[in-house]
Amino acid sequence: MMNTVTGNTGVPVPNRIAGSLGDRLFHGVAWMAAVGVLLVLGAIIVMLTIGASPAFEKFGFFNFLSTAEWNPVTEMFGGLSPLVGTLVSSAIAILIGLPVSFGIALFITEMAPPWLKRPVGTAIELLAAIPSIIYGMWGLFIFAPFFADHIQPLLTDTLGELPLIGALFQDPPLGISVFTAGIILAIMIIPFIASVMRDVFETVPAELRESAYGVGSTTWEVVWNVVLPMTKVGAMGGVMLGLGRALGETMAVTFVIGNAHKLHLGLFEPGNSIASTIANEFTEADGEVYTASLIALGLILFIITFIVLGLAKIMLLRMAARQEGRPA
Amino acid sequence: MDIYTRRKAINIFNLTIAAITTLFGLFFLSWLLWVLFQQGFSNLDWSLFTLDTPGPGDEAGGLRNAIVGSLLLTVVGVMIGAPVGVLAGTYLAEFGRYAWISHPVRFINDVLLSAPSIVIGVFVYEVMVIPMGNFSGWSGAVALSIIVIPVVVRTTEDMMRLVPDSMREAAAALGAPQWKVVTCVVLKAALSGVMTGILLAIARIAGETAPLLFTALNNQFFTMNMDEPMGNLPVMIFNFAMGPYENWHDLAWAGSLLITLAVLTLNILTRFFLRTKK
Repeated sequence: MMNTVTGNTGVPVPNRIAGSLGDRLFHGVAWMAAVGVLLVLGAIIVMLTIGASPAFEKFGFFNFLSTAEWNPVTEMFGGLSPLVGTLVSSAIAILIGLPVSFGIALFITEMAPPWLKRPVGTAIELLAAIPSIIYGMWGLFIFAPFFADHIQPLLTDTLGELPLIGALFQDPPLGISVFTAGIILAIMIIPFIASVMRDVFETVPAELRESAYGVGSTTWEVVWNVVLPMTKVGAMGGVMLGLGRALGETMAVTFVIGNAHKLHLGLFEPGNSIASTIANEFTEADGEVYTASLIALGLILFIITFIVLGLAKIMLLRMAARQEGRPA
Repeated sequence: MDIYTRRKAINIFNLTIAAITTLFGLFFLSWLLWVLFQQGFSNLDWSLFTLDTPGPGDEAGGLRNAIVGSLLLTVVGVMIGAPVGVLAGTYLAEFGRYAWISHPVRFINDVLLSAPSIVIGVFVYEVMVIPMGNFSGWSGAVALSIIVIPVVVRTTEDMMRLVPDSMREAAAALGAPQWKVVTCVVLKAALSGVMTGILLAIARIAGETAPLLFTALNNQFFTMNMDEPMGNLPVMIFNFAMGPYENWHDLAWAGSLLITLAVLTLNILTRFFLRTKK
C-alpha cells in the first residue's frame, strides 16, 4: 500500500518522485497516524474486555446484565439498574428532543426570514457548545428545585391520573430523578439533532419545494409530504446521533439522576445510569470484582453507543450517497 | 369546516408549534446563561486567580491551582492530540484518499467523535494509571488527547478537501514531490481551517470532566508536576458543587463561568475564522 504512490487526482506521479525519501517518510508517518485511530478503538475494546473479565467470569455475561443487585459488601454486582436507567433516561430525552428538534429545523429552514436563520441556528448550536458539567450544575441547583415545585405536581395531577402510564408519574416530587435526567439530556441533544435535520432539510432542491407550493400545498404539507419523505434517512441519522450522545452523557446525568442503585417503576424516583455509576464509584471501588464490574458496565455502554453511532453514520452516509446520485 | 379551512388550520397550528419549539430551545439557552452569568459574575474576584482551592471549612480560597492545572492539561492534551490528528487527516485527504484503509478509519473516527468520554477515562486508567501506580497529570492529558484526535482528523480532512485539485496539479507540474505539495500548497491553503479544527477541539476538552475523574483526579494544592494528580476546573466544579459548603458552591459557579466564557470565545473565534475563509 505504501509504495503505490499516485497523485491525488489519480494521475501517476513520476517514479523519481515516488522514490524520493521525503515522500515515503511523510506518507508513512501520516499512514501510521491514520492507523493509530483504528488502534485506539481496538485498544479501548481490548482493555475494557480484559478489565471486565473478572466480573463476567464470576457472574456470567447475561446474568450480570439481568441482575439488579449491587452490593459492594457482599461483592454481588449486577448491571440491570444502571442499564435500565441509561435506556430510560435516553428514551425520555429522545421523546422530548425529537419533536422539539424537528420543530426547530422546520422553523429555521421553512419559516424564518433569511436574516433570522443564522442567529437562531448559531444560538441553538451554542447549546451544544456549553460543557455538560455546566448543565449538571444548573440542573442540580436551578432546574431540579423548579421542576419539583412547579412541573412535577402538575404532571402527577394530569399524567399521573391516566390508566396504565399513571403509575410512572406518581412518586413524590424530589426534583432529582430519572425523569429530570431525561429532560436535561433532551436539552443537551436538541442542538445535535436539530442541526443535522436542518442540514438535510436544506439539501432538498428548491424546484421540488416550489412545485409543491405551485400546486397549492401549505408550508406544512410541503414539509410533511415532500421534504420529510426525501430526507427521512438523514433525519433518522441525526436522531441516532443524539441518542448516542444521550446514552454516554456522564456529568449532567450524574448531578440530577440521584445515584440510587434501585429499579423503580416510577420515573420520579432517583435512579442511576451506567455513566453516572462509573463516575461516582470508580475511584472508591476497592476489590478486583468491584472495579471489574464497573469496567464491565463501561464496556456495555461502549458497545451500545458504538452500535447506535455506527447506525447513525451509516444512515447519514446513505443520505449523502443518495444526494450525490441524483442529477443536479 | 371545508377542506381548505382545515388544511390552513393544520398548517397554522403546526407552524405555531414549530415556532414555539424554537422559543423553547432559545428559552433554555437564555435561562442557563442568565443563571451562569448571574451566579458567576457575583463570585468573580481577583482572589480566584491568586489563591488555591479551599479545603473543607476553609474560608478564603480561589481557583489558581485548578485554572493552571486545566490550562496545562489542555495544552499538553492538544499538543499530543493535534499533530496525530492533523497527520491522520492529511493521510485521509491526500495520500490515502482512495486507499481501502481510509474507509474504516473515517467510520471509526466519526464513531469516536461521539464516543462516551467516561469510557475513555476508564481506558486511560487501565493503560496509564495502573501501570504508573498513581493518578497523574500525564494520564489526564492523554485522556484529553484521545478526545482531541477525532475532532482534528475530521476537520483537517474536510478542510484539505476544499483545496481545489488544480492547485495540487499545478504544484506537481512544477516538479514538486508530493510531500512538498501537501505541506507547502495544500496545508498552507487549508491552514485556517485546520486551526479552526484545533480550536474546536480545545473548546471540546475545556469542559470535559468525565475523562479526568480517574486520570488527573484532582489536587487541592498548586502543582505543575505532571507526574502528580493535578487540580483542574471541571473536576473541581464537580466536587465542589456536590459538596456541602456554601463557598464551594460559589467557587464552582465562578469556575463554570470561566470555562463557559472560554468555550464561547473559542466558538466565536472559529466562526470568525470560517467566515473570513468563505
